[in-house]
Amino acid sequence: MNKTMRITVDGRKIRASPGQTIMDACDDAGVYVPRLCDVEGLVPQGSCRVCTVKADGHTVAACTEPAEPGMKVENDTLEIKNYRRDLVRMLFHEGNHLCPICEASGRCELQAMAYRLRISQATKYPYLQPVRPVDASHPDIALDNNRCILCGRCIRASRDVDGKHVFEYVGRGIHKRIGVNAENLAATNASIDDYAMSLEVCPVGCIIRKREGFFAPIGARQFDREPIGMDVETRQEHHVPKRRPDPAFGNDGTK
Amino acid sequence: MSVENPKTRIVEIEPLTRVEGHGKVTVHLDHDHNVVEARLHIVEFRGFERFIRGRLLWEVPVIVQRLCGICPVSHHLAAAKAMDAIVGADVLPPTAEKMRRLMHYGQIMQSHVLHFFHLSSPDLLFGFGAPVKKRNVFSVIKEFPELARQGVMLRKYGQEVIEYTAGKKIHGTGAIPGGINKNLSIRERDALLGNIERMIRWAGGAVGVAKDYTLSHLPQVEQFANFKSNHLSLVRDDGALDLYHGNLRAIDASGNIIFDQVDYTRFNDYLMEEVRPWSYMKFPFIKSRGNLDGWYRVGPLSRLNNVSYIDTPLAEKEYRTFREFSRRKPNHMTLAYHWARMIEVLHCVEKIHELLLDTDLQGTDLRVTGARREEGIGVIEAPRGSLFHHYKVDEHDQVTYCNLIVSTTHNNSGLNRAVTDVARKYVGGKKRITEGLLNHVEVAVRAYDPCLSCATHALGQMPLVVELFDAQGHLLHTNSQYVDRPAAGLKP
Repeated sequence: MNKTMRITVDGRKIRASPGQTIMDACDDAGVYVPRLCDVEGLVPQGSCRVCTVKADGHTVAACTEPAEPGMKVENDTLEIKNYRRDLVRMLFHEGNHLCPICEASGRCELQAMAYRLRISQATKYPYLQPVRPVDASHPDIALDNNRCILCGRCIRASRDVDGKHVFEYVGRGIHKRIGVNAENLAATNASIDDYAMSLEVCPVGCIIRKREGFFAPIGARQFDREPIGMDVETRQEHHVPKRRPDPAFGNDGTK
Repeated sequence: MSVENPKTRIVEIEPLTRVEGHGKVTVHLDHDHNVVEARLHIVEFRGFERFIRGRLLWEVPVIVQRLCGICPVSHHLAAAKAMDAIVGADVLPPTAEKMRRLMHYGQIMQSHVLHFFHLSSPDLLFGFGAPVKKRNVFSVIKEFPELARQGVMLRKYGQEVIEYTAGKKIHGTGAIPGGINKNLSIRERDALLGNIERMIRWAGGAVGVAKDYTLSHLPQVEQFANFKSNHLSLVRDDGALDLYHGNLRAIDASGNIIFDQVDYTRFNDYLMEEVRPWSYMKFPFIKSRGNLDGWYRVGPLSRLNNVSYIDTPLAEKEYRTFREFSRRKPNHMTLAYHWARMIEVLHCVEKIHELLLDTDLQGTDLRVTGARREEGIGVIEAPRGSLFHHYKVDEHDQVTYCNLIVSTTHNNSGLNRAVTDVARKYVGGKKRITEGLLNHVEVAVRAYDPCLSCATHALGQMPLVVELFDAQGHLLHTNSQYVDRPAAGLKP
């Protein structure tokens, strides 16, 4: 059963190990599948759907769908790219994403994804312009829910890596938000040293490390140097397998 | 005579062109078509002071610079200076202060050059009464190609200075509370040094153009919106021109000191703002002189009237000529703003040269913090005049209070006075208003280089329409300065 299999992505044959998701197999082969809610080091949850691909004709989330022998995957097709564009556009319209004044500009995965998908202007959707307060109660961390895209990476990082459960989803449907497990962030056991509070966990500018904003000059920020996904696309030469929590440990994961 | 008198009629010039933002001029006439009063109305409102509340303190310098695309650096730095006070950074590392100064000199230079070459030079080169189709920057390019090229290249240079210090030509992020986020690389320094000699030469030439204009049109310049006022600006502790930092000095119309070396954090003790119902722009005045006599002007003209000297040799030489011209008394001529503005451009280019040769710009000590405060005030000499930013921040790092007094607000009374003065001479007594005559009113406004979007914190474009009202307040005549807009028409 441990024998590697072959799947086809946009006509190109790549190897996949048993139990690997489509995304992991693609990452190992240097094929980038765009994603926002998934990040190396956390259990995938398939909620943002930006990694949508067609596998043998069915639309699935590449981050959660296991690779099957002989599977034919469509990733970089016009149809799939249009799905992704719509999904990312809706994220912009649902929150208050003001890139010009946001300290995450230049390292924001949502912004970088928009650039990668060539989204550059307003679309047919209305801006919902929700009114969401900033929680700046914690001495070292602030939460600006206006920028949250509900990826849940902070929930998984706090729960699975920090073992703290600082964050959780609250509400349903369009009212669903990220909540903290107390009256405000200051009343939780959150710490600036938590993995959940590191710059790599929040893909946008929702979790703010206080008094560090705009330290990186324009030109030296993460996505000023290279577009999002290029790290995966240049991975082929090194063939470094992705770091993932061991499924045997379930949600208790490893750091 | 009150302008509310039913026997007056109103001429409106709306919106203004070749100023930043959207304003409207109404000229109030009596039955004999004499001007009673003219007002510059600021009819837009943005509310930056309100929606900045709740934001985090380090975001402020980046957010407030969005007030404007012409001089964002001024807001960026004024806010950063206020935030320095809040984070307890009383003395910045030399690299940080000098990088900010470099950014600021680049900003003043490019903004002044934009105003002089792109916006005002058509009026000066072709005459205020020249046809609208001719009075634009494209005609300048056609008939004075070398001058236009120098204007474009000078502005480009100023913007490159901003890019190397703030990361972008417009709306960068360089200044952070307590310092700066980058130094100047050797490559960036050498790129700027490569062109500096030429820029100094061209800036000197620009002073010549403005000076020659003033001297060769003296009867007109002396007649045109030349009125006495107080003047306010920052000056260095030895009285020298300092555009980035200093203390407040105010002089009266005769050049006597009203106050001097006042710590700008105490500006509330010396200045007040009056609200009038017909404008979103407030009317500041010097407290000790009262709201009738205490109004003052700011900007290049006021700065050169105020300072004791300029600490760069070429600009100092031009400054002396400027002062001798008015016999070392304050120069009150509205059109002399242009001359003063170009002397400042020369000063900025000299300062940029001086800074580029300073190895502190390659330092790595970029920021500092100290004991936290709840309140911070930052004042800077922006291209258009003194710019005040005042904030309060709570213990959670969130802004609770913001008050911005921008240069054009300081000049509000001066602008209204200039418009009235010009309207009396050029507009009054006529039944219909020609393009050229209307433009005289505009030229007066434009000389102050008003940034109306800043002043009202307003979203705006830059069109021009003119409206004429009869004594009962009925609209009589609409005129437009748009070349491609429907021509003037009579309305019942």
